Formats: sequence, structure tokens, C-alpha cells
Amino acid sequence: MALEVQGLTAGYGPVTVLRGVDFRAEPGQITCLMGRNGVGKSTFLMALMGLLPGASGTVSLDGTPLHGLPAHEVPKRGLAYVPQGRRLFGPLTVAENLAVGGLVRGNDSATQDHVLTLFPRLRERLTQISGTLSGGEQQMLAIARALCLRPRVLLLDEPTEGLQPSMIALIQDAIRSLKAEGVAVVLVEQRVDAVLKLADRVAFMVAGRIEDAMPVKGLAPDADVFRTYVGV
Amino acid sequence: MAFGPFLLLALMEGLVTAAVLALAAAGLSLVFGVMRVVNVAHGEFYMLGALLAWAVTTMIPGPPALAFLAAVIIAPLLVAALAAAADGLVLKRLDYDPEATIVATIGLLYILQQAALSLYGPNANPVTAPFEWRIQLPWFGYSGYKLFVVLAAGLVLLALWLLMTRTRAGLVMRATQVDRMTAQAFGINVDRVYMGTFALGAGLAALAGVLVVPIAQAHYLMGHDPLLLSFIVVIIGGLGSLRGTLIAALVIGLSDGVISMFFTPTLAKILATLLVAMVLIFRPQGLFGAKA
Repeated sequence: MALEVQGLTAGYGPVTVLRGVDFRAEPGQITCLMGRNGVGKSTFLMALMGLLPGASGTVSLDGTPLHGLPAHEVPKRGLAYVPQGRRLFGPLTVAENLAVGGLVRGNDSATQDHVLTLFPRLRERLTQISGTLSGGEQQMLAIARALCLRPRVLLLDEPTEGLQPSMIALIQDAIRSLKAEGVAVVLVEQRVDAVLKLADRVAFMVAGRIEDAMPVKGLAPDADVFRTYVGV
Repeated sequence: MAFGPFLLLALMEGLVTAAVLALAAAGLSLVFGVMRVVNVAHGEFYMLGALLAWAVTTMIPGPPALAFLAAVIIAPLLVAALAAAADGLVLKRLDYDPEATIVATIGLLYILQQAALSLYGPNANPVTAPFEWRIQLPWFGYSGYKLFVVLAAGLVLLALWLLMTRTRAGLVMRATQVDRMTAQAFGINVDRVYMGTFALGAGLAALAGVLVVPIAQAHYLMGHDPLLLSFIVVIIGGLGSLRGTLIAALVIGLSDGVISMFFTPTLAKILATLLVAMVLIFRPQGLFGAKA
């Protein structure tokens, strides 16, 4: 088993958002996290990365506990995070963003080459200031930067939000490649069609808890679970 | 002396002021840029650099150049270590909250100032220049040491630029400056980066103090003017912008030299403060700073 979460409770200062989340993500599988706005999906990913002080519960990767580690130690254990809104280091070049991604692995050229093979468009823009890239290119860079960590678990927060269809297809192809490489992918996604195309399992979040989880195979776009938990 | 040579002398004096100011202001700008901390105690690190330089040079016998070389190395390192301790003991515990750290660094200012008074007394302490070489121009002679200060400051600023743009440490500092949380998500130990940045900023101020002390004597109140001028420089140049800091230091330093020589030093300070007011009204982010 790759990632196991039990009883994760976290929030922002006095505001509790997650209320005892239990969750699993397996290697070589894409697990989607769905739910209405404000139920705690993004907060869950931040808590997994150790970015929310005061979180309680257990998070382990292949049996190694991650909870209680300082935030900067978590990526060294194999978790990588692509935040909502990309959060690139905007004034830095594409190459420098990738270099930050590879800091904990020593920036070996083989990893960077592999990442640039997944996103060849970035190879042409290595010296460009990342804040000047198009939205789709920025999203590619956000994923590429995370992949420079050579993660075992990749957390993606709405990576196709606001992108044109051709870019969405490119990013979905890259996510499938990662799955084929054995990476456990946790994907926060709001669009049912994307979930049905990509995911192996889907977990539904309600008010800071995982309310239901199931395999995607056999689910129809108009299945009741989507209406109940996502409102579509 | 005719107007031309008099202007040349004023510009040379202004260049020395600009060089020292650029070093001190680069430290202040770096600390604000990376940590978002307005360090009101920055001038005291400059003062400590100068006083420690005096203390080191009086302790080491032999040629002045050797004692001064020791001061150039030891004083900034000691001040940097003190700043690192202040970061860990004070700023980190305040979670680098922008308002709280202003109050805390005001407290630090008075602690350092009174400690310097208690340890070294109220007297102004002279330090012998490491060499007495003079450049003889057709109209006047000029201190070789002052030209050395300009050269040394230029080399240190070049090294700082290379550090920020060409090294792993610089990359880590720039990433932290842009987004502290995301930097952590990529394995950057932000607490360590902040401590190093605060130490580096203080070390730069101390080095400016060491370089200036053979020209202006060391005493416990000498941190006020550099603090004011450093703030003027970083506000005009743009908080966090190294390029802006350098250009603003040149503008303020040269104008200070010229106006002080042709009119009065007070008028130079009034005009610099007026320029800050203009920048704050018409371009609050400074000439080279990014918009908030």
C-alpha cells in the first residue's frame, strides 16, 4: 500500500476543516477526490503535505509515518504536490522552477530529461520567466516541477481547471503516464467526465470527511453518487 | 578651487557614501525581500560592525593592514552570528509576523545600542586606515582608502548578485521570497533560509560599518543615519530589489555628496526625504519593486 491516512483532523488556526479523514491511495492507481466547494479537498492535500500546523491523525507512506514531520521533510519521503492555481515561482525561469523541484533529489539530469519528455513544450521555454507562460504551460510546469521530486505519490489539486481542451488532453496523458510508472496519483477534480476518463477509484468528501469511496469502473456519468455528493 | 574640480571632489565623496550605503541597504532589502521583515535594528548591526572593527584592530598588534584584514573577517561574522541568534530567539517565535517584528526589532535596536554603550563607552573610537596611499590629481589629492572602499563594496555587491542568481542558496532564497508555503512543499527548510538571510543582511551592514570606520569613527549612536538612508534607498529602489537598491544608493549617495559640499548636509537629507515622499505618492512600490 502506498499512502494510508487515518483520522486526519486539520484546519486553519481555530477553524477545523477536516474531521477525521480516512483515505488510501495505491501505487499505479489514480484516486480522485470529489465534493462540493468548501468541503475540504484542497485542505486535505495541504494537510498531507504537512503544511497545516496542528493537524492530528496518522499519515503513512509504505508504513513510514509522515505525520508530525516538518513540512520540508515530507517531500523528501516521496510526496509531491501540485497546488490549486499552480503557485509557480513566477519571477523565476522555467529551468529555475524545475531546479527548485529537483532540490531534494540533487537535480539529476536524467530526471529532468524524463520530465521534459513528458512536457516537450517546456524544453523550448527553459529560459523564459515562468510568470509569462500561458495558463496551460504554467500548469505543465507546475506538474513538471513536482515530478522533478521523483515522487511515489503525486497530489494534484484541480490541474485542468480553466484550461482549453487541447491542454487538458496533454495533462491527462501525462497523468496516465505517471500511473503507468507506478506513481500513486491523488487528484482533486470537479468534472465528472474527467474522473470517469482517468480515475481508478473515486472518494467523495462531505463536510471534512470521506463519506463514500468506490471503483470508477461501471459508474455512469449520471450516477446517483455524483448528484448526491457533487451536485451535478 | 574652481567649480569643475570642486564638483569632481563632491562626486568622489558621493561615490564613497553610495558604496557604503549600497552595502548596508542591500542587507536591509534582502531581509525584507525574502522574510518580509522590516528590520529597524539594521543600523545597529552597522554600528556593531564598526565598533567590533575598532575592538579587533586594537587587540591585534602589528601592521594596520593585518589588523584591518582581521576586522573585515571577524566583525561581520560575529554580527551575522548575533543576528542568527536574534532570529531564532525573537523573530521565529513571532512567526515573522510583519507588525510584531517591527516592534521586536525596535526593541533589538535599543538592546544592541545600550549593550554597545555599556561595553565600549560613549566615546568615538578611531581606526587607522590599512594603508595611507593617496592619489594625486592635478587639483587635489584624494584618499586611496576611500577609492578602495568603493572597489570593495562593488566587489561584495557583485558577489552578492552572483550568490543570488548563480548558486543553489540564491535559488532557495528567491523561491522562498516568492512563496514560502510552496517552497516548503519542495523540501526547502524555510526557517533555515530565514536565519541565513537575516545573518547575511546583518553581515552586509556590519561589513559596511567596518569599511567606513577608518573614515568615520566608531561610536554607539552611529547606526541612526545609515538606517534612515538605507530605508530611503530601499523605498526608492523598491523593497526587495537588489538592482533598485544599487541604483537608488548611487542617486542618494551622489546627491548627498554634491549637495552636502555645495550647500549643507541637512539640505541633502531634506531632499532625500522629499524624494521618498514623492516615490511613495507616485510609485509606492519603488522604482524597481514589484506591485503588491
